[in-house]
Amino acid sequence: MVEWTDAERKAITTLWSQIDVGEIGPQALTRLLVVYPWTQRHFGSFGNLSTYAAIVGNAKVANHGKTVMGGLESAVKNLDNIKKTYAKLSVMHSEKLHVDPDNFRTLAECISVVVAAKFGPSVFTPGFQEAWQKFLAVVVSALGRQYH
Amino acid sequence: MSLTDKDKAAVKALWTKISKGADAIGADALARMLVVYPQTKTYFSHWPDLKAGSAPVTKHGKKIMAGVAQAVAKIDDLSSGLLDLSELHAFQLRVDPANFKTLGHCLQVVIATMYPNEFTPEANVALDKFLSNLALALSERYR
Repeated sequence: MVEWTDAERKAITTLWSQIDVGEIGPQALTRLLVVYPWTQRHFGSFGNLSTYAAIVGNAKVANHGKTVMGGLESAVKNLDNIKKTYAKLSVMHSEKLHVDPDNFRTLAECISVVVAAKFGPSVFTPGFQEAWQKFLAVVVSALGRQYH
Repeated sequence: MSLTDKDKAAVKALWTKISKGADAIGADALARMLVVYPQTKTYFSHWPDLKAGSAPVTKHGKKIMAGVAQAVAKIDDLSSGLLDLSELHAFQLRVDPANFKTLGHCLQVVIATMYPNEFTPEANVALDKFLSNLALALSERYR
């Protein structure tokens, strides 16, 4: 069972309430595909990802970024039960999508960088960063849980 | 994943924009690392204060960024350019090299908060490669 302090819960919900998944999601996924280009292997059906401009302008990337980021909503709403909440999604990523779970960690880093850029140092304090990264680490762990 | 000429140019361009704030970046990155990755505090048990803004954290953040500046200057040959620092970390400090990646991430988060417009995805990939190569050069003398 993950233990959350009150401060951590507050940080996570505060940040989440100000995150627009349609804004942050596309930015995070774009960053993943640019900074860690081997992740493009999972998006063969997305069309042109050959240049930075192509990735930034790609509607499928933007759409999928929004979907993935929106997927965090259920974790925020079920902080005390993230493992169970993501069990089906974990199976899907393993059996259907065949995604190396290390990619979840990498995407989480990209999300944190984008969130940091959006909120700046006065909101994204060390304390908030700790809570946010702990939250993402729990999500990452849950998503990898059903792999075998 | 070695640095291309394009990567080096991007790193130098980013450094030009952020170097004036280097001391603040170093101090904030170090403070964040100690909070977000508490296992890193084990290296600083000799400090009276580990909080953000404290004298030891501020001073050490500055020292770290001097090392990053050295790396930018020696970007064409990081292994030999950082030999002295590698020997320091390998034989005296004996920091587990896994922590280089951890601090690297915190540096990127801080740069993102302070320079969101400059830290584009393209600048990000160049910096990430640079910091990985820096970490490798720093680990050179470990074994």
